[in-house]
Amino acid sequence: MDFRKLAIAAAAGMLFAAGHAGAQGTLRIGMTASDIPLTTGQTDQGGEGMRFLGYTVYDALINWDLSSADKASDLVPGLATEWKVDAADRTKWTFKLRPGVKFHDGSAFDSAAVIWNLEKLLNQQAPQFDPRQSAQGRSRIPAVASYRAVDPMTVEIATKTPDATFPYQIAWIMMSSPAQWEKVGRNWDSFAKTPSGTGPWKIVNFVPRERVEMVPYPGYWDARRVPKLERLVLVPLPEASARTAALRSGQVDWIEAPAPDAIASLKQAGMQIVTNAYPHNWTWHLSRVEGSPWNDIRVRKAANLAVDRDGIKELLGGLAIPAKGFFPPGHQWFGNPAFKLRHDVAEARKLMTEAGYGPNKPLETKILIAPSGSGQMQPLPMNEFVQQNLAEAWIKITFEVVDWNTLINIWRAGAKHESSRGATGMNYTYFIQDPFTGLIRHLQTSLQPPAGTNWGYYSDKDMDALFDKVRNTFDAAEQTKVLQKIHEKYVDEALFLMVTHDVNPRAMSPKVKGFVQAQNWFQDFSPVYMAK
Amino acid sequence: MLQYFLKRVLYAIPIALGVSLVCFALVHVAPGDPLASVLPPDASLEMQQLMRTIYGFDRPLPVQFALWLWRAFVGDLGVSIATGRPVAGEVWHAFGNTFMLAALAAAFGFLVGGLLGLLAGYYRGGWIDRTASTLSIAGISVPHYWLGMVMAIVFSVQLNWLPATGAGPGGSAAWSWDWEHVRFLILPALTMSAIPLGIVARSMRALVGDILSQEFVEALRAKGLSERGIFAHILKNAAPTALAVMGLQLGYLLGGSILIETVFAWPGTGFLLGNAILQRDLPLLQGTILVLAMFFVILNLLVDVAQTWLDPRIKRA
Repeated sequence: MDFRKLAIAAAAGMLFAAGHAGAQGTLRIGMTASDIPLTTGQTDQGGEGMRFLGYTVYDALINWDLSSADKASDLVPGLATEWKVDAADRTKWTFKLRPGVKFHDGSAFDSAAVIWNLEKLLNQQAPQFDPRQSAQGRSRIPAVASYRAVDPMTVEIATKTPDATFPYQIAWIMMSSPAQWEKVGRNWDSFAKTPSGTGPWKIVNFVPRERVEMVPYPGYWDARRVPKLERLVLVPLPEASARTAALRSGQVDWIEAPAPDAIASLKQAGMQIVTNAYPHNWTWHLSRVEGSPWNDIRVRKAANLAVDRDGIKELLGGLAIPAKGFFPPGHQWFGNPAFKLRHDVAEARKLMTEAGYGPNKPLETKILIAPSGSGQMQPLPMNEFVQQNLAEAWIKITFEVVDWNTLINIWRAGAKHESSRGATGMNYTYFIQDPFTGLIRHLQTSLQPPAGTNWGYYSDKDMDALFDKVRNTFDAAEQTKVLQKIHEKYVDEALFLMVTHDVNPRAMSPKVKGFVQAQNWFQDFSPVYMAK
Repeated sequence: MLQYFLKRVLYAIPIALGVSLVCFALVHVAPGDPLASVLPPDASLEMQQLMRTIYGFDRPLPVQFALWLWRAFVGDLGVSIATGRPVAGEVWHAFGNTFMLAALAAAFGFLVGGLLGLLAGYYRGGWIDRTASTLSIAGISVPHYWLGMVMAIVFSVQLNWLPATGAGPGGSAAWSWDWEHVRFLILPALTMSAIPLGIVARSMRALVGDILSQEFVEALRAKGLSERGIFAHILKNAAPTALAVMGLQLGYLLGGSILIETVFAWPGTGFLLGNAILQRDLPLLQGTILVLAMFFVILNLLVDVAQTWLDPRIKRA
């Protein structure tokens, strides 16, 4: 009898060991967020929210390809296996859904679930309408006019006007489980505690403001993205020194955005510092309202030539990519601009002289900056550095310092608004991951405030025509060519003061293996494992 | 005594109303959009307006205040804009965490500070006084966020004795009073105790010095009372004032420390308040400030009553 018990126990032990043979360790990540981002589907807290609680637990109809560190990410099929626009009516998009996909709660994903999720964001009368998710998701899909389920595995979405950038918009929309929402009493707060998506990770423990724990979802539809880890733990650690101390004391294995001055000591302690280019830029957005000195292309070019971008990289401990354009060099939309961004003070002065300025008659103007903010890197020393650079080209800058949230409000209000306090530019960093966020929203005439965020009131018929062309070019390769043309115009006309790109640094224990840092704001944690 | 207590409770009501008005006004006067935490930066004007209506920010301020006050009166502090969770639950949970921290910090700070002050006052001018005074001045003067960082570097990073951040291996929800969890409390509590330790020590030293110079002590000595007996008299005379100082310090400790709780990622009221400020989460900000202010009012009330109990002359004054 005892022998039988022993044999059963041994067999159970072997089975348990076999079950865990593929899963390798627990990864604990210290996020910069001060709270756990929304877990219900449409996340908050910007790019970090989508990175950790969006593409981990959920999928969109169209996902980002996060598998490569060598090239900028592009879109790949997600919960839709294919999508196409109606050749006769280019406002109609048809999405064929992936068969056999199940939510974490076991319910099936189908066209009714897609419609239900769109309603959760767009229809205030729908019982599942969620203001918090709507606030995050609604503005990501401005093109949507209507939607319907054609059959259980086909959805048709109509846009207000033809819009070839629509797939990028739909890649923001995460699919939550309608069945789980019903099961938890039709309540999003309850859903937040026990969320259910179709993503590779399943939330098993959620302590608001403190931690969230995930385990792999064994039924995930994409074999390449089945997680290798046993468990993923996310901890909000908003304070940079606390993150560093947590990593160095072994409380976490990975921290986001270590402070630049901690990098050397982290390396010395044997930590890995992982960086890569991603669609981010640090610029001065220039005002083009009447009377702005930046209306003169010679002044814009002079300013761009006066900036010592390598010096800024040095200031940031090497954690930056000097700008060659609005997009990072090597991006598929970079094109081949004729105007080369370089540090050439003599040429800058020549242009300023032509524009009527000189050492005794410097250009004096005001720029809005914030002392901190999401993606702003180290705004105070960086802006002061740029200020000194521009002074060498007879551009005398004074700063109007406002807090980050105020700067966002000014950015929404526009350069003509009194809140801009007569400034002719603002230091702003941009998420530039798709054609709209990357290029269109900053400069399209129809997006001048209050309709959009063309803060500087730029208006150019040729540029508007190019934007229209992007929206009407449905062939991906052709669309890329148009986007390249737009970017070339951005650079050749020096439409922004283009300074640098962040490299999204992360510090991690030497035990963390397999991570591929995609050139994207979002990342894939599925290939990561912990060395024994 | 009961009449005095009821009178003090009555006095506390206008204070509470004033505090609620001030905290409501302050968070609305402060710059920043209350919807900043829920809206992406490039949300359209239409979207902003829609959200303003949904969250009730389009109503006149007096109406918003009246509604908020009425709900607060019946125990409903509203719902956090950023998380959608009830503010009362959030504050209560965070307060529980801060209470643990404050209790430990107070126990350590008051005990050590009181003892240091007592010895420094009793042996005024000697080496004990100089050492105790140096320690208490350092406690008051050193920026506590800096002290917290140094403590984390020394005890967590270098020595690896204690954890640097968090409230236990599974978070505060899985808290239990064993070493695995209590070790998370030690560094933030010690850091937090530095200021009250210094203040209590300084106050105690001054009090003891003052009492020692009074005639009744001379008289007690002349009557032949032992030093232990004199010490007891000093303690009794110093107690009401020391209690008032400790009460105030306990109030500060229970309010949590934004900086210390952020440095140690301790999920208390300071951490909550810091988040609410950064996210412009008005309901959470208002609710947290109100609850903390109320605690302060109640604590002062209790200290007043305790002082009267210890020294009935206060009631007559």
